[in-house]
Amino acid sequence: MNNVKSDFPILSRKINGQPLVYLDNAATTQKPRQVIEVIRDYYENHNANVHRGIHTLGDESTRMYQRAREKVADFVGASDPNELVFVRNTTEGINLVAYAWGMANVGKGDVIVTTEMEHHSNLVPWQELAKRVGARVEYVAVNQEGELDLDSLEKKLELKPKLLALVHVSNFLGTINPVKKIATLAKKNGTKVLIDGAQAVPQMPVNVSELGCDFYAFSGHKMYGPMGIGGLWVKREVLEEMQPFMTGGGTISEVHTVGTVFAGLPDRFDAGTPNVAGAVGLAAAVEYLEKIGMQNVRAHEKELTAYAVKKLKSIKSIRIYGPRNLEERGGLVAFSVEGIHAHDVAQVLDDEGIAVRSGHHCTMPMHEKLGLAATVRASFGIYNTKEEVDKLIEGLGKVKKVFHG
Amino acid sequence: MDSIYKENIIDHYKNPRNFGDLPGADVIVKEANASCGDMLQLAIKFNRGQIGDIKFKSVGCAISTAAGSLLTEKVKKIKVIEVIRGIKDEDMIEMLGIEVSPTRMKCATLPLRALQKALRLRSG
Repeated sequence: MNNVKSDFPILSRKINGQPLVYLDNAATTQKPRQVIEVIRDYYENHNANVHRGIHTLGDESTRMYQRAREKVADFVGASDPNELVFVRNTTEGINLVAYAWGMANVGKGDVIVTTEMEHHSNLVPWQELAKRVGARVEYVAVNQEGELDLDSLEKKLELKPKLLALVHVSNFLGTINPVKKIATLAKKNGTKVLIDGAQAVPQMPVNVSELGCDFYAFSGHKMYGPMGIGGLWVKREVLEEMQPFMTGGGTISEVHTVGTVFAGLPDRFDAGTPNVAGAVGLAAAVEYLEKIGMQNVRAHEKELTAYAVKKLKSIKSIRIYGPRNLEERGGLVAFSVEGIHAHDVAQVLDDEGIAVRSGHHCTMPMHEKLGLAATVRASFGIYNTKEEVDKLIEGLGKVKKVFHG
Repeated sequence: MDSIYKENIIDHYKNPRNFGDLPGADVIVKEANASCGDMLQLAIKFNRGQIGDIKFKSVGCAISTAAGSLLTEKVKKIKVIEVIRGIKDEDMIEMLGIEVSPTRMKCATLPLRALQKALRLRSG
């Protein structure tokens, strides 16, 4: 992990005269040269619309797109590349399920279960679906440790929900949920399980086939790939029953004025010209991560997180959120500084070249429950170092100096 | 970049002027920046068609709090509603005397939005 930093051109930037310390990886990661080059190569040498092109470029582009699907599907443990639908991001993947599966399978009086720790992206689509079909949303409680309350979960599952939608790794608390165990519980009542993997796929080995879920959504830009491309994995038997979310070119096998026959998988879900360069770039990011090894990524980020938690704990005015057990915590730590608003903390840190996020991180219900308006979050990536954590701690000393003299 | 936390800003943040409740207020409005978690309440008492008194309360960052302090001071000085209606975003930046980045603009203008809402309520 020592020399990965030099793969990321942006990390040599200076911010306000200081070397950039990028600790906002849960929002989006930076891109290595290996990804940027592949996208450039696609546009400089292979660009053409996919499918039906007989000419050489059309053929190359189509092959590259297919290979990208195979690469990404294999990376997340899909048994068949056609189980992977390319989407723009996790949010689009979840919305696709809410429309294409939800409208056909959730009805009046039905229950959808989600949790208090969800990102708004795995919450609002279910509230909206419930509104449209007359269903209701129930929320699994989160305990003081920042873990899902398993008693509350069991109670909610007794309602025999049509769907359980939950996050794999929380983008605010950092909690790694025992999704495999939870999916097994949910299956007993025939509940379908959707997992928001936006934070998980970039930082640990994920195998969707082993998890026992039905839907798994993730974003390319949080795993060192480009923005505007992500994946939605759907178990084959479920996907086969699903009708297109968007329709048009690409999704059909026959169109007549009297009706349309939709294409098979995965074309049925590829409406319009797809983001081929994005898919190819995402595949390059996957290759990059495979070279490092996801076990190593997890070990590195776990070590950094442990170091950061220890250092932050030694500062009296700082309060940390999320699980104390580091086995249950992903590579991030959210905290607040007593008497200083999160934005002000982030702003002073920026003067030192340190990029952290401040706000509610799209998890308002969880912030409300903890009685917080906003928190500061430092989230780690493969290129971060202990020295950078030290800089964060030094920076927090400056924050206190600005506000408390 | 020069720090935006100049002495004046820190002073208005730590000792905000016109901070608190206003008993007998004619209009009370709340305004929030959902994405930041900033919340601000503004109360106005009118006196013969002019501003009689104004107070604000907020939970927010240094910039939005200092902006509330500076804005209420200015409003108390001007008093004439028609003139107060003319206060713009740019005037807020001038009052703060700092460079405000696009992401912090909503902090700087939160009290002004509350004020505009309050005056709309009165005219409506």
